Amino acid sequence: MSGVPSKKLLFISRHAPYGSSLAKDALDAILAASAYEQQLGLLFMDDGVFQLLANQNTEQIGQKNFSAILPVLPLYEINSIYVHYESLIKRQITINELVLDSVQIIDSKAVCSLLAQQDQLLSF
Amino acid sequence: MIFSIAIYAAPYSSQASDSAYRFALALLESGNSLYRVFFYHDAIHAASSLATPQQDESHYTQNWQQLAQKYNVDLVVCIAAALKRGLLNEQEAARYEKHAANLAEGFEISGLGQLVDAAVVSDRLITFGS
Repeated sequence: MSGVPSKKLLFISRHAPYGSSLAKDALDAILAASAYEQQLGLLFMDDGVFQLLANQNTEQIGQKNFSAILPVLPLYEINSIYVHYESLIKRQITINELVLDSVQIIDSKAVCSLLAQQDQLLSF
Repeated sequence: MIFSIAIYAAPYSSQASDSAYRFALALLESGNSLYRVFFYHDAIHAASSLATPQQDESHYTQNWQQLAQKYNVDLVVCIAAALKRGLLNEQEAARYEKHAANLAEGFEISGLGQLVDAAVVSDRLITFGS
């Protein structure tokens, strides 16, 4: 891929952290992408916002805990992290319940313009 | 236009798997190019050489093989998704000392970087089954 110009790739994570492995697969994909020198963004919307809840305890379901994994994102220089405001409101989640403090909360209109700015959308 | 396809849906469990194949066929028949099909999540089962559907059902493994052969399409299966679901090529079977390998011919096992590469190289990346 050397010599290929950098593109804007937005990863959209729309599934709850448990019950399906799509949320984990999205995370694995964006962490892998961080090695390729592209302009990465990550958007949590719909049930994907549940991934961001702090104080998750997965001991009894034998799954990896998202609230422990998500804080590694900045270490991979994934800093453009967006959360869909209306998805939070619908699920009665407040901003101070989120495990990441450097997210940008954006409304539906801002999501539209964010999507329009991308070269590719990787939807999960 | 250069397309790539990412599939997450398992064959037979979801219509998305069939839609992905039909979409691939349609774009190739209309003269577009398909750079890569990336099988991730449960879609890796489409690459099993052991898949044995009934005769009156679609045989997705064969469908993809024929499409790849005719149009020279790169069929890539995510290694992490494949290994944990029991889909191995001969190299991985030897590495993990398994008694058999079951990756169908025409498919290749590789990393998630191949999905990122597909997104960068293609004009359009279309996802099925999320």
